[in-house]
Amino acid sequence: MSELLRLKGIRKTFGGVRALRGVDFDLVQGEIHALVGENGAGKSTLIKIISGAYRPDEGTIFLQGNPVNLESPRVAQDLGIVAVHQEPTLYPDLSVLENLFVGRFLRRGYWLDWPAMHREAERALTQLGATLPLRAPLQQLSRAQIQLVQIARALLVEARILILDEATAALSLEEVDRLYRILQDLRSRGVGIIYITHRLEEVFRIADRVTVLRDGEVVGRARVNEVNQEWLVRHMVGREVGAMYPRNPRPPGKPLLRVQNLTRQGVFEGISFEVREGEIVALAGLVGSGRSEVARAIFGLDPYDTGEVWIQGRRIPPRPWEALRAGLMLLPEDRTRQGGILGLPVRWNLTFSILDQLKKGWALDKQAEESFVAEAIQNLSVRPPNPDLPLLALSGGNQQKVVLGRCLLVKPRVLILDEPTQGVDVGAKAEIHRTIDALVGEGLGVLLISSDLPEVLGMADRILVMHRGRLVAELPRGSSAETVMKAATGLLEVPYVR
Amino acid sequence: MYVDRARQLSILGFLLLLSLALSLYAPNFFQLQNLEDILVNTSYLSVAAIGMMLVILTGQIDLSVGSILAICSTVAALASKAGMPIWAVFALALGLGASLGLFNGLLVTGLRVHSLIVTLGTMSLYRGALIYFTQGDWIYDLPSDFRAVGLGRFLGVPIPIWIALLTAVLMSWLLTRTPWGRGLYAVGSNPMAARLTGLQPSRILLAAFTVNGLLVGLSSMLYATRFSAIQSNTGIGFELLVVAATVVGGANIFGGSGTVLGVVLGALLMSTIGTTLTFFRVSSFWEPTLRGFFILLAVAFDTLRGYRRGVWRRGGAR
Repeated sequence: MSELLRLKGIRKTFGGVRALRGVDFDLVQGEIHALVGENGAGKSTLIKIISGAYRPDEGTIFLQGNPVNLESPRVAQDLGIVAVHQEPTLYPDLSVLENLFVGRFLRRGYWLDWPAMHREAERALTQLGATLPLRAPLQQLSRAQIQLVQIARALLVEARILILDEATAALSLEEVDRLYRILQDLRSRGVGIIYITHRLEEVFRIADRVTVLRDGEVVGRARVNEVNQEWLVRHMVGREVGAMYPRNPRPPGKPLLRVQNLTRQGVFEGISFEVREGEIVALAGLVGSGRSEVARAIFGLDPYDTGEVWIQGRRIPPRPWEALRAGLMLLPEDRTRQGGILGLPVRWNLTFSILDQLKKGWALDKQAEESFVAEAIQNLSVRPPNPDLPLLALSGGNQQKVVLGRCLLVKPRVLILDEPTQGVDVGAKAEIHRTIDALVGEGLGVLLISSDLPEVLGMADRILVMHRGRLVAELPRGSSAETVMKAATGLLEVPYVR
Repeated sequence: MYVDRARQLSILGFLLLLSLALSLYAPNFFQLQNLEDILVNTSYLSVAAIGMMLVILTGQIDLSVGSILAICSTVAALASKAGMPIWAVFALALGLGASLGLFNGLLVTGLRVHSLIVTLGTMSLYRGALIYFTQGDWIYDLPSDFRAVGLGRFLGVPIPIWIALLTAVLMSWLLTRTPWGRGLYAVGSNPMAARLTGLQPSRILLAAFTVNGLLVGLSSMLYATRFSAIQSNTGIGFELLVVAATVVGGANIFGGSGTVLGVVLGALLMSTIGTTLTFFRVSSFWEPTLRGFFILLAVAFDTLRGYRRGVWRRGGAR
């Protein structure tokens, strides 16, 4: 088998953050090479370099032994490197056929040669053993079919190197099986495939070799049949966690939030759990496992098909204002789009959820508002401490503190925190953790959703793990990162017992 | 909310500059009678523009206000002719306006179609219903107590000016000092975040449309009582004048920002243009052109400020 691609000493830095620190990688003809690692390990940066979207600061890329300069995705594509991204980069209003050829339409003189394109498309689809409605607009297709369109596109440009980024994230089991068959077929034709996945079981089902990235470095590479799951997880996690999280676990009190058999078709299924007084329960799982969706459904932002949500013994209907009144609050995942109202002043952002309490007759009690605002700014050390600035004038970490401040001013009994420290610098992160711990000490119940495994292990009293929309494990405080990772990737099930 | 002092000051500055020019070229512009006429002309426009601002604050628009104005004017005039006491006529116009506004709001929240389309529909619907009802006839011989609203005075100041002033003060207070007002700004700035804070966007939209209708009803009482007849084509094109006053006055057409003071100044500017032209002895045919110029100037102003602040980067998110 001859070598297709070799990367030597690839380095890439983004504004002081070293995303890749001298990565070597290689791909031979007719192999599926899995690339795994935690969020932020450098997988995306690496494939963007291979597909020409980024240029490395240092290092060389060899294509079949010759050094190449992949200066744009176009150049990479012309050399036969095609990436199928997690979020499809196609045109929903155009037909399938147009999508297959967009950017490289076949011509006959000045005219587009539709019959030829039709023939070519049919040929590629036969190769894939699939049928697609070529004339239908792309938006009528399922996620799996769109995935197929992207792969067919790769075939049409005669890709020698195919990069798949989380290709199965949106697919059903059957569709995954079909994708595997297609990949195996491509492999037998000599195509080299780089397969990025969070699901470790996939590595063992489909890949020939696996490379593990951690913190921008290759920490392990092996033939898949020579290693096991333990090996993978150990290399992925590989660091000491804990210590930096200020937690004083106490015995939990009475149940505050009870979720019973919550189901939303195709998103999550049969979710049941409890959060008690003075307890932090983490909801862990990979991106796309349904964690945030469960949180949004509990708070009433999204509908659910069946199931019940109870707060302090009262069943609440799925509406945010009902949840809020019952004492539940949600700190949303994306502070710029959901959490804060960027154009409005910090003061307003802080008090939006307690406006009813601030009413004096019809009007707002300005003095009461002022004291609430001053208290929140002080407690969370918001910088700069000026409530009249529009929220967008603050740094990301301080915006997050303001949004958290709004949630806390409500004095909730149960607080759902969805990625509370994502994109927050280390100092602000510690402040947020301290605040949460103090409140939990006073009896608050917290449901913590986080992709940051050390945060989950360091803060939570119990860890619930989701995998593909189901709750697969309940783990106690003190569980290892390996155990959580195993459960999150579907390698371990610990039945939830109550 | 940014209190758009820059906008308010620039409109004030422009009006002062205009006054200076007028005092040099046409000193008789400053006769009390003329200034009073301008203010009376502004009053009905500014009441409707304040209503429109509520809707625009939430990121919506109401194009049916011209038709609502016509319906309220006609019904109020007929009721008055039929002998209804003037306080009841007021209540009728306000209630009718509020109902028509509520209907718009229900369509917008119920159908989840953008208000631009919904109110384009109701604009025609309301107008058509009115023409069917009046058969295109004008209404003459309006009773004196009806006309007294538009022509009467209180403490020497014309009643429409009093009403517009009171409306502005009340609405300004509602917007800045009550939870209700904050809700309008929140929904217009970021509906998703507003829902997360526990606000109920659909209720807030309903309220905005209803109060807008109510204010158009009030505006119709200031408008209809000034003339000796009500035509069935009353208020055609009024919606555009109102939107123009609102936008020129600094309300962001995408929602989330605007002030009562700014919008009142915007209305004042819009209604001054016509009179000023006469005094400069320029053909009044230029009035629409100038109006258009100010609208574009206002939009350019916003865009430039947006770029400077970096707000444009998230423009698509709204």
